[in-house]
Amino acid sequence: MKKLLIALMTTTAALSLAATAEAQEKLKACWVYTGPIGDFGYSYQHDQGRLQVEKELGDKVETAYLENVSEGPDADRAFERLAREGCKIIFGTSFGFMDPEVKIAKKFPKVMFEHATGFKTGDNLGIYNARFYEGRYVLGQIAAKESKKGLAGYIVSFPIPEVVMGINSFILGAQSVNPDFKVKIVWVNSWFDPGKEADAAKALFDQGADIIVQHTDSTAALQVAEERKLHGFGQSSDMIKFAPNAQLTSLTDEWGPYYISRVQAALDGTWKPDNVWLGIKDGAVKLAPYTNMPDDVKAMAEATEKKIAGGWNPFTGPIAKQDGTAWLKDGEVADDGTLLGMNFYVKGVDDKIPGR
Amino acid sequence: MNSEYLISIIVSTVVAATPLIYAALGELVVERAGVLNLGVEGMMLVGAVTAFVIGSTSGNLFLAYVSAALAATLLSLLFAFLTLTLQTNQVATGLALTLFGLGLSAFAGRNFAGLPITGLKPLVIPLLSNLPLLGPLFRFDPLVYGSLILFWAVHRFLHRTHAGLKLRAVGESPSVAHAVGQPVIRIRYLAVMFGGATSGIAGAYLSTALTPMWVEGMSAGRGWIALALVVFASWRPWRVLAGAYIFGAVWIGQLHAQAFGIPVPSQFLSSLPYLATVVVLVLISRNKRLTMMNTPASLGQPFVPDR
Repeated sequence: MKKLLIALMTTTAALSLAATAEAQEKLKACWVYTGPIGDFGYSYQHDQGRLQVEKELGDKVETAYLENVSEGPDADRAFERLAREGCKIIFGTSFGFMDPEVKIAKKFPKVMFEHATGFKTGDNLGIYNARFYEGRYVLGQIAAKESKKGLAGYIVSFPIPEVVMGINSFILGAQSVNPDFKVKIVWVNSWFDPGKEADAAKALFDQGADIIVQHTDSTAALQVAEERKLHGFGQSSDMIKFAPNAQLTSLTDEWGPYYISRVQAALDGTWKPDNVWLGIKDGAVKLAPYTNMPDDVKAMAEATEKKIAGGWNPFTGPIAKQDGTAWLKDGEVADDGTLLGMNFYVKGVDDKIPGR
Repeated sequence: MNSEYLISIIVSTVVAATPLIYAALGELVVERAGVLNLGVEGMMLVGAVTAFVIGSTSGNLFLAYVSAALAATLLSLLFAFLTLTLQTNQVATGLALTLFGLGLSAFAGRNFAGLPITGLKPLVIPLLSNLPLLGPLFRFDPLVYGSLILFWAVHRFLHRTHAGLKLRAVGESPSVAHAVGQPVIRIRYLAVMFGGATSGIAGAYLSTALTPMWVEGMSAGRGWIALALVVFASWRPWRVLAGAYIFGAVWIGQLHAQAFGIPVPSQFLSSLPYLATVVVLVLISRNKRLTMMNTPASLGQPFVPDR
């Protein structure tokens, strides 16, 4: 038995050596997704970015990915496995991968790591994110124009800064149009549970909301809106096929250009850990075609989009915190650090952040 | 709170509970025959993907449900062959079945993720559905009414028919049943296949009625909830039904509570359906003797008929 084991081990070692020798000139770029790439949402969009890298850089790279990796101890193993398998640059695409990635990056100093939506960096760990809140401000404005009752339902996953920032930006946008606009919030404590998202949408509609916004990844909530002949916004990818009469627009992300530039830098040997936050102006945050709304609302949305692309930040004062205390003075713009660690609501949100 | 609003909560509750009822009633029959099949989640997913693929390509939802039931039955046959014929460990095989179903369904449905489908239409009962206020209670889809019929049938079968008595005897003491000439393995095979078929229908309900779409892993743990319901309901059909509705009610209720802005942490609210179901079912099953009587004594144990 022991002999057999040793023989097996030597063979695998020889095999893997051969594999590395052959793949030496190719750079292996790897991705870790929290959801299935078939979610047609967040993980799907990241995978589209990976495919663009393959297409653009062709023979120079080899890509691999792990999907459905849960946030937590499982993630440690996922990153370690990829690093051991010879990945030279690894992209972790979910907030919950932050600590595992920090840990594994220390263990493999020669591998380049990138983490999306987090805030911890290292010598070989860079971070990147998209300014989704810019798009959410536009959604807020559209909602305030389109809602007859002045009430939107908002389905959210986990109380992390990214989500809180989105809620704040949405309400700022909505109240810039209708100061009395209200939003009802339901936390489903999951990124992806179609059944629960649908049930949450039903509950919100039953309580009088006539527009649904989501910070979860499935199409379920929009489908409920379609069934009830009400409206809503898609998330991560264009969901118009699921709700041709209900979707007003969809907040989508496009990671391809960023991934290409980073893998190229890794190829050139110029890669350094950076900290970028891409927005509408970089083409990383996109709004799907405006549908099911009158022309004047569409014009307003386009104008706001343009204004944000021109450098205007939705978090520009005067803005008060939820309890009424001042946060930003007139004309003052929130700094990125505060936004990335945002754990408070602005005035106008009628909810309590869970756990605070 | 007006009564119209209350009715809308009841409607959502019934719809949320329906897949659980199908899956749990099937598993109840399986366990009553003394077999523990932990593969419910996997069979549901296979049912869900089959119904979606057939439904979206043929446009015929009836066909979709039939093929979902068939596909999941096939998967359950695999389980039955392994555990009943080859005598493998039921717990390990069931877990493997769940993992297999998860992977198989993801593979089979990879070209169907992100496609829309026309969902199940409600079956409007004439006259009754026009009632003021109560009308919505008579506009459910056919599967909801079907779940009540299934409950009635399972209850009648287990407790009022000769065949049901045989099945329970097999679960109670396979060696005695075998000694009096009952085909233990064949009865267990049939029970497992029935459980497969209802799990398939439960899965089909997810992908064509509750949320008309296919995405891998869309059952999100509902198969496990169905399994837990059977145990906590101490293997009694009406308790399974009650448990499923309690779970559904608290599940829907906590979402409404959040939307109302009730100042309770949402993480706690999210755990409430599980907590409430367990507490209620434990309370109604607190008579130890009755519970013992209903527990299939040979649950999970392999049986080798001696010749």
